[in-house]
Amino acid sequence: MQKYILRRLLISIPLILAIITIVFVMLRVAIPGDPVYTLAGETASPELIEAIRQKYGLDRPVWEQYFIFLGNAARGDLGNSLKFGEPVSSVLAKAFPFTVLLTVLSVGIGTGFGLLAGVITAVRRGSWIDRLSMLIVVFFNAFPTFWLGLILILVFSVGLRMLPVEGYSTWQHFVLPVITLSVGQTALIARLTRSSLLEILGGDYVRTARSKGLAERRIVLVHALKNSLIPIITVVGLSFAALLGGAVITESIFGLPGVGRLTIAAIADLDYPMIQGGVLLVAVSFVFVNLAVDVIYAVVDPRIHYE
Amino acid sequence: MASSTSSPVQLSVPRGDSPFVQARRAFVKNRAAVLALLVLLIILLSAVFASNLTTYDPVKRDAKARTQAPSAEHLLGTDALGRDLFTRLLYGGRISLQVGFFSVLASALVGVPMGLVAGYMGGRVDNWIMRFMDLILAFPGLILAIWLVSMLGVSITNVIIAISIGSIPTYARITRGVTLSTREMDYVVAAHSMGASAARILRLHILPSVVAPLIVLVTLSISSNIVAGASLSFLGLGVRPPLPEWGAMLADGRGYMRNAWWMSVFPGVAIMLVVLAANVVGDGLRDALDPRTRSR
Repeated sequence: MQKYILRRLLISIPLILAIITIVFVMLRVAIPGDPVYTLAGETASPELIEAIRQKYGLDRPVWEQYFIFLGNAARGDLGNSLKFGEPVSSVLAKAFPFTVLLTVLSVGIGTGFGLLAGVITAVRRGSWIDRLSMLIVVFFNAFPTFWLGLILILVFSVGLRMLPVEGYSTWQHFVLPVITLSVGQTALIARLTRSSLLEILGGDYVRTARSKGLAERRIVLVHALKNSLIPIITVVGLSFAALLGGAVITESIFGLPGVGRLTIAAIADLDYPMIQGGVLLVAVSFVFVNLAVDVIYAVVDPRIHYE
Repeated sequence: MASSTSSPVQLSVPRGDSPFVQARRAFVKNRAAVLALLVLLIILLSAVFASNLTTYDPVKRDAKARTQAPSAEHLLGTDALGRDLFTRLLYGGRISLQVGFFSVLASALVGVPMGLVAGYMGGRVDNWIMRFMDLILAFPGLILAIWLVSMLGVSITNVIIAISIGSIPTYARITRGVTLSTREMDYVVAAHSMGASAARILRLHILPSVVAPLIVLVTLSISSNIVAGASLSFLGLGVRPPLPEWGAMLADGRGYMRNAWWMSVFPGVAIMLVVLAANVVGDGLRDALDPRTRSR
């Protein structure tokens, strides 16, 4: 297993390198606009522009900039943000905890409720509780995240005055963003769990377990659920990776200083080092989440071996 | 065997309905799906015939009618510039629906051939294509789209391009998966041994089996692409004002939540209605096209 993890990490290096290269080249070749002007202002003197260009190494040929960047990145130095003047890594280090917190809470809560709803509806298939839950699930599946966020603010912050609109100083500030993100997750997981369980519950070994006289609760929770986990783990992994890349919309609606909002602002400001750093962070998280998902597969299902 | 000399063996295959006819019958039985299809059609038609359904102008400002609550005169109220919200919703539907439809078409047109080639050729070609797809997938979708739009410039066409690129891998993966399993079928092997070209096999024998899962994916992703388009406008990267677009209207309404709730509620209802309807139609199609769920 250790060998497998090591090999996977090794083959992901070219992937990350490719992403970084594409971002690097596209930023310099394809995006109109000059970052120096966003830094110095449109009316800056030519001397100042030239000085800044030299300071950040933007006067050198692109390929030279690229190798300097790679060399520094390999040593953990992502350069200084043009906008903040601080090292990119420390700006990211400040934003990442918010993103991780938001991701873990929303995916965790959403998956928990989704599993619960999925199991109940699968076991009570065709009953009123099944039909009602599935109606709710279809309904919330269609709720666009940004609109849900606005409606929650409208009801709980503007209307009932129970929760703050935006900011991040207290735990109350996280209630609405987490609800916004976990509602969709709950709907997704509930649907998936239900269909996955229904397929398994018709299987031969479930009939065997029943004929052995095992309690229904044990059959569903131990035998069937465990076997329907693989697709659920895949989807949870995908949500995790997507949210770690920054819940751009949710972060900007609720004014949370996470990675998504940071990257968007960096794109608007043409803050090259910041964009590169943000994309690198996202790519690395993506690789690790995918690896974690594959490792969890093997833990959950002993039939899966990686040599 | 009196007069026939051409075929010594009489084949008698019971001629049932084609799979397509069976699927259509199953779909029509699904009341929710039919209703949803009807809702989609109504929304589509009301976007197309927007100018016949309202007397107001979607863009012209009216200083005397600013932020009015819904009334008989303005069914869904007016926005901060005095424009009729119902009118803007109708016209806005044109843009949102276009974004949803054309972005799906674009990603399918690129992704499906890639998946066909990768699955059929296998080996190194497969490896290269799919690694390239992984590369696209490794970018967070919305950030990729935002980045592309800011690179290409803000316009509807660029929004469509930006959204479609992110979903090409999904089409390639699904197509590849089906191709891999179909490639081993006897009739494909037979066609191959009879000397049919790869292009002919892909077009006549493999593409048809990809269609069913793709129809479902297309319906479901039209809705998610409409949401993606609206998200871009919501962030100010979609459609330039004063053109009406649902996401942009929501973003406008955000600043007036305290005194004009209708501005941020109705555009959202419109988006949600389309998404809900498209999802239910997609689910209905999936059930209708899958023989396993159809027989139940």
